[in-house]
Amino acid sequence: MLLIHCPYCNETLPEVEFAYASEAHIARPAKPSDVSDEDWAEFLFMRSNVKGPLYERWRHIHGCGRFFNAVRDTVTDKFLTTYKAGDPRPDLSSLTEGLK
Amino acid sequence: MTAPISSFTPGVLAHSDAARVGFAPRCARFSLRARGDLAPLEAALGLSLPTRIGQRVTAGERQLLCLGPDEWVLHAPERDGAAITAACAGVYADHPHSLVDISGREVSFVIDGPRGAELLTLGCARDLDSIAVGEGRRTLFDGATVILWRDGDTSFRLDCWNSFATHLFHLLDTGVRELAAESL
Repeated sequence: MLLIHCPYCNETLPEVEFAYASEAHIARPAKPSDVSDEDWAEFLFMRSNVKGPLYERWRHIHGCGRFFNAVRDTVTDKFLTTYKAGDPRPDLSSLTEGLK
Repeated sequence: MTAPISSFTPGVLAHSDAARVGFAPRCARFSLRARGDLAPLEAALGLSLPTRIGQRVTAGERQLLCLGPDEWVLHAPERDGAAITAACAGVYADHPHSLVDISGREVSFVIDGPRGAELLTLGCARDLDSIAVGEGRRTLFDGATVILWRDGDTSFRLDCWNSFATHLFHLLDTGVRELAAESL
């Protein structure tokens, strides 16, 4: 079982308390009516699907209930970091430095 | 066969040498959500709102547990329920918040006995040692979201929704007997 650090509870807790909530840092267009169908489809459906570190959202649904962001390596399933929703995206090179 | 919830009466439901599972008497329960300046609410409720998740505050017979950055659960005697609702309604205009009466939604089991903490590990994946005595947390127990209050080293209260109560009791009842049957 994965252990995930919740930045709101400030505790590292079992994976079963959490729910995955798709890729992070995808901003909804401010005026959806101005967006072309292609761009809207891009926003709705297209995700980066990276092999390696992925910025993604998680929710501590069976705990504090909060959404937060995480960087997880999709190959190894290792969490590189977690941070509060709204915080800036952490620099990837500083996160992967220790792994090399 | 799981027992219907109507058959639970306050008192001991299952016990052995290892642990004991009881059913807590009914009480008034509220879910409170608020942001910003909490002082008016604290004054209305007569207790301070803890801000660290898991922290608990007791004032008289009212018990308050912080569940999230802007979420608390409040337990009080049933007769106190109307007073709490009225007090919070009084500050609502100046300090909007959400106070929901969830008394009818949840029931509480009381778990104690020498191996009470071990009994909970049957359904709870988190490390119970990380919940200090006098604190509490919301967590997952055998597939159901529950609130665990740690009252002592091996003494806990477990709040769960009515609809999960019989299922959870079935596991706890089996666990109580299983732990007693184990030779240490």
